[in-house]
Amino acid sequence: MKKCDLAIVGGGPAGLAAAIKAHELGLKDIYLLERDNFLGGQLVKQTHQFFGSHKQFAGTRGIDIAEIFKEKLAKREEIKVLKGAVAQGYYEDDVLGYSYNNSFYKLKPKRTILATGASEKMLAFPNNDLPGIYGAGAVQTLMNQYGIIPGEDILMVGAGNIGLIVAYQLLQAGVKVKAVIEATGSIGGYAVHASKIRRAGIPILTNHTIREAKGKEEVEGAVIQELDDDWQLVAGTARELAVDTICLAVGLTPKVDLAIQAGCQMAYVAELGGDVPVRDDCLQTSNPRVYIAGDSAGIEEATAAILEGELAAINVAQDILSDRKELIAEDKTTREKLKALRKGPVGEHVRKGLNKVRRNEDAGKDRYSRSWKG
Amino acid sequence: MLEKTGIPEAGKVKNSLPSKERLKEGPVAVFECFTEIPCDPCYYSCSIGAIKEFEDINDLPELDFAACTGCGKCIANCPGLAIFVLDYNYSEEEGVVRIPYEYSPLPEEGEKVQALDRSGEVVGEARVEKVQNSKSQDKTAIIWLAMPREQILTVRNFKRGED
Repeated sequence: MKKCDLAIVGGGPAGLAAAIKAHELGLKDIYLLERDNFLGGQLVKQTHQFFGSHKQFAGTRGIDIAEIFKEKLAKREEIKVLKGAVAQGYYEDDVLGYSYNNSFYKLKPKRTILATGASEKMLAFPNNDLPGIYGAGAVQTLMNQYGIIPGEDILMVGAGNIGLIVAYQLLQAGVKVKAVIEATGSIGGYAVHASKIRRAGIPILTNHTIREAKGKEEVEGAVIQELDDDWQLVAGTARELAVDTICLAVGLTPKVDLAIQAGCQMAYVAELGGDVPVRDDCLQTSNPRVYIAGDSAGIEEATAAILEGELAAINVAQDILSDRKELIAEDKTTREKLKALRKGPVGEHVRKGLNKVRRNEDAGKDRYSRSWKG
Repeated sequence: MLEKTGIPEAGKVKNSLPSKERLKEGPVAVFECFTEIPCDPCYYSCSIGAIKEFEDINDLPELDFAACTGCGKCIANCPGLAIFVLDYNYSEEEGVVRIPYEYSPLPEEGEKVQALDRSGEVVGEARVEKVQNSKSQDKTAIIWLAMPREQILTVRNFKRGED
């Protein structure tokens, strides 16, 4: 069994930022495990320019941010980057097991940063298993990674940022977007994204839900219906749209399996997308050897994920390295950047969520009865 | 309503515009950025300092219409594609709206297109006067659309003829 200073699980924005920052600060013995055969996570599908701070990639397209990270990483040859390495389990003795090239390996890191990202939520409705129904992530993978359009006429379900952005990308690919529907009373994503597709003639229908998918072998239509403010169907408003594809963009939930295995105290926090590890301001979980960063710590966006990856790396470096002076200043500025990013109205739910997962003994106790390690 | 339909209210649009006098003086940028989000690249894109520095990254951008020369450098730097340049007196008869555009293929200069308003409705015809697509724009082209000058406050997109 190999030992190392730091293992990072996940090669998306949080994991990449963590690896580069940890190495920059002087950690040498770093493993980066990425399940896919490529690095970048969701960045490789993001063809739009990013928002956020000019100093942290705003105005740059996600696909180009992935390239910038890959170049930086390539210059740091000491980092052991394992593509196609799937973390299989985190064991009681703080051993991380992973499969790689058809073999199983064990690794004992002094610290682990979990940057495993999120998975898409599903929506329950009749015939939701018909071919032609996709998650938004799958549509992006097909179109933006492999150059394949998912269909000709599409219904987008969900008007958060992902639904709006993917609807725009579908338009760019020449697919007809029949409508974007949203069950709540207001568009969840940025207004500028909504205006961009609205001025292309795409109706955005708030207070609308999908009743069922039509079709035998594949999607041939979708029945949508209006909802009132109490989420009840408005009689007589059902109508069928002729579509061959339905795209679901109804939210993400953090991927936390490894955190649970690592005995991290968990809490259900709706604002962060589901079950997340309780952590302190340094992103250290209740298992002192395990840190969490990016969407697996709570659903946000890539700029926050990058900053969290860096923050976790800075704190791991503080744990392991003896010279800490420089690190304390860096820790402070990174926290300030995160705070500034989350300060506005769109950061409100994240701020609310984070207040619920600051490490405290009672967080999540109402949901989990097991006793916590660490 | 903007948060229900994606179409900004007339009042919001009106507040984002410069005075009539300023419009007549020459090209000027308008920012149709109405909700506070963490985003600041426009400030850094303006080389003459016409955009106020952000105190909080979530602030709405503030443009000094008097200082703005309508150079249009900010257009392709806005991740939200929410900046347009209006040129009321482009020629004797026509005005021009410069629009960020990320669809391919790009239109040809001289091409006649259908002019669309903020809800995507056809409101008239326009002519593609110029297509800017330099490397620094990073794949966000800027299309100069010429139209009857009264329409420059309304038109924000265009549709090409079906081929």
